Amino acid sequence: MDIIRQHWPWWVSGPLIGLTVPALLILGNKAFGLSSSLRHICAACFPGDIEFFKYNWKKEAWNLFFAIGILIGAFFAWNFLSDHNIVINNKLMNELSTYGIFDNKQVVPKEIINWNGLFTLKGFIMIVIGGFLVGFGTRYGEGCTSGHAITGLSNLQWPSLVATCSFMAGGFFVANIIVPLILKL
Amino acid sequence: MEIVSDRKPGAGSFIYANLKFLLAGIVFGILLIKGEVISWFRIQEMFRLQSFHMYGVIGSAILTGMISLQIIKKFRVKSINKEIIALKPKKFQKGYIYGGLLFGFGWAITGACPGPLFAQIGSGATVVIITLLSAVAGTWVYGYFRERLPH
Repeated sequence: MDIIRQHWPWWVSGPLIGLTVPALLILGNKAFGLSSSLRHICAACFPGDIEFFKYNWKKEAWNLFFAIGILIGAFFAWNFLSDHNIVINNKLMNELSTYGIFDNKQVVPKEIINWNGLFTLKGFIMIVIGGFLVGFGTRYGEGCTSGHAITGLSNLQWPSLVATCSFMAGGFFVANIIVPLILKL
Repeated sequence: MEIVSDRKPGAGSFIYANLKFLLAGIVFGILLIKGEVISWFRIQEMFRLQSFHMYGVIGSAILTGMISLQIIKKFRVKSINKEIIALKPKKFQKGYIYGGLLFGFGWAITGACPGPLFAQIGSGATVVIITLLSAVAGTWVYGYFRERLPH
């Protein structure tokens, strides 16, 4: 049991994550990708009068079941299969401590990303603006890490390579230049 | 005696048909936690080139996916409901660049792409529900302005 609870090296978790691609194809000819779930939520809950959300989302509901499964699996793994000991580069933690972030034992920096933080400027940017960009950007770019980087590149699609390079470039810029500015607020 | 079901395909069969994807999601959710890719700190490390971990996870996932797809194509593997497996080719449009950049901005800020958003909530970071709702709003706003955006 200990061996499961401990840190898994990337060469164990990475290939297992990659096997999701053939697993979903074999289970039902489904292309692995998660940002579509956000579109299906729009189509199911508030399609408005927008063409983009007028389709039979029930036919794509597998994606929502998969997303709910992620939530359940993560709950289970976090509470029973993890020692929460994620070892982060000291240099990063030292820098983050100057912004008041000390605890890396949660999945998000709890000093900023928490319910009260929602009403602070930096908390609002990190939660609301950040989330908005993820939703807007993935749909505009027609995919995220799973759809483009993993599925698209696995299938040797050059448009997915362009998309992957674009979001990596965006991430490099914001993580290095903008995030420190937000954290200083 | 033959048992004939008089139930019309309704909510029950809808859920039943999708149950296997719920299970696949559970396994994937466990892998996201064990792969540590749901950690905001891991994402910062990746974009600051301070750790190889995320590159190892994503790179080896792509390699495994690539080999699996080659095997599926070579042996014409069918899905369990006997369908021929086929992935749609991606058709390039400029949104891949603009949208990709914007998604990258959001990924670096929230430390989560769409899959990990669900996983972060599951791990108990309940405020990420707001991040997810905001992502849904972002998708909706894209849908609203879609015709007016360059593609």
